[in-house]
Amino acid sequence: MEKEIRKRVLIDIVFKKIVTIFTYLSIIPLFLIIYFVMARGLKYINLRFLTQLPKPMGEVGGGIFNAIVGSFIIVGIASLIAIPIGVISGIFLSEFKDSKISEFIKILVDTLQGIPSIVIGIIAYLWIVKPLKHFSALSGSIALSIMMLPIIIKSTEEILNMVPNEIKEGAIALGAPYYRVVLKVLLPYGFVGILTGILLGISRILGETAPLLFTAFGNQFLNFNIFKPMSTIPYVIFVYATSPYKEWHNQAFAASVVLIIIVLSINLIGRFFEKRWKT
Amino acid sequence: MRKDRAFRFLLLLSGILIIILLSGIFLSLVFSSIPSIKEFGIKFLFSKSWDPVNNQFGAVPFIIGTLLTSIISLLITIPFSLSISIYLSEYLKNKTISKILQTLIELIAGIPSVVIGLWGLFILSPFIRNIQIKLGIPPIGVGIFTASLILSIMIIPYSASIGKEVLSLVPDEVREGAISLGATDFEVLKGILLPFSFKGIFGGFVLSFGRAFGETMAVTMVIGNANRIPTSIFSPGQTMASLIANEFTEATSTMHLSSLIEIGLILFIISMLINILGRVIIRRVSF
Repeated sequence: MEKEIRKRVLIDIVFKKIVTIFTYLSIIPLFLIIYFVMARGLKYINLRFLTQLPKPMGEVGGGIFNAIVGSFIIVGIASLIAIPIGVISGIFLSEFKDSKISEFIKILVDTLQGIPSIVIGIIAYLWIVKPLKHFSALSGSIALSIMMLPIIIKSTEEILNMVPNEIKEGAIALGAPYYRVVLKVLLPYGFVGILTGILLGISRILGETAPLLFTAFGNQFLNFNIFKPMSTIPYVIFVYATSPYKEWHNQAFAASVVLIIIVLSINLIGRFFEKRWKT
Repeated sequence: MRKDRAFRFLLLLSGILIIILLSGIFLSLVFSSIPSIKEFGIKFLFSKSWDPVNNQFGAVPFIIGTLLTSIISLLITIPFSLSISIYLSEYLKNKTISKILQTLIELIAGIPSVVIGLWGLFILSPFIRNIQIKLGIPPIGVGIFTASLILSIMIIPYSASIGKEVLSLVPDEVREGAISLGATDFEVLKGILLPFSFKGIFGGFVLSFGRAFGETMAVTMVIGNANRIPTSIFSPGQTMASLIANEFTEATSTMHLSSLIEIGLILFIISMLINILGRVIIRRVSF
């Protein structure tokens, strides 16, 4: 009897140890990735790297200014497209949650989120690049906006579902028309939550490369025309990393440091807001 | 009243837009695959040769590459993500440490895939190469195994967060009942929690598998890009997604482009099915 209990307790202790070890092991890659990328990239980051254009192949020096500008333009336009549509669709799903059609659309939104990013790239190619006959920043923005859409829809829906019914009923009882209830009561109430979704969506698409490979493509020069090819930070990382030049490899690491810092800060800011509305 | 009606109409319109968007995606893929579907028919799925020069296209090497990498990565993922779910929802009582751990795990999911690929190419692959030299196999570094490792790093946070959520759905009364009968934590877990939440955890793994299936950039950078059927888990290969990433801009003939788009169509259909399956399983669990 005594022995049996001791055995059970021992199994319990061993299992707990194993689970603990596996948990802590799984965060090691995070540190390894960040450490090595920083170790190899940080020393190449300086004002020149951030403000100059790339030098021709093989020459030492040059920067990624065009890619930084390109990333902001492409992600900016993608956000301008995805945010209004996403928020309105989110309102729709939350306001008509009992209807058959919104049940169906919810499945579609999940499906949309599950589409591999490279397939979204093909779509933007077929819809924009092919008719216009050349690569363009706009097609990249369209691809990224499709990726951002489900993230915004879901977070908007989730936060609006959390608005207490009393608040809504109060506004209706005061005689407010339906659209004002939504715009002046529900949206302000859920503002921080929706903002979280937007920030997480932006941090997600800022790092996307696959949908840009054959849409925004890349550009050696600084370009502000959205109908022309445009460079982005993730694209530069990919091209430089897979090139045979040592100098470009170093720059790929440096560009990764820049990208990680931007993406993770936006991500953490989003998380900070998330904590505020979830508690 | 008229404004109200217009507003409701706008809401409905946004919903319909989603339907149009998704059907548009599907139809565009089908439409652009037609040349390849017409030429190769069902043989496309069973042919091993991918030969742009002679315009012969078959998807077998990439279907195998994709299945291998996602299955291996899922197998690696299971013990880690299960441990994280159990540790965070059952064992760890300290709220602060739990928050920190959770944030760190989710941050992994926040690192752009191309950066993970860069790390995989320049740091992980040389490391694997050293191991391969010690094991006496051809030291290539990049390949199916390296890609699977990278994939598992990327999907652990995802399946762990689903697992944790599912475990936390188990009512406390059930737990307390078992503990009051004298069960150890491990017995509660084995006898009560895991059977109770098995479906949800399984659904989470299905969804993670779907993630691994369609992941592109990191895999493209470390898989070795060889358009043939891998002979071992260390040999270089190609997944459907990495094939598209590698060849799409270089495809000059209509048939080549159309075949690549058909690969994209297959990816789309499979990931849609996996996604719906996973969510159906998980939704059954939510009480």
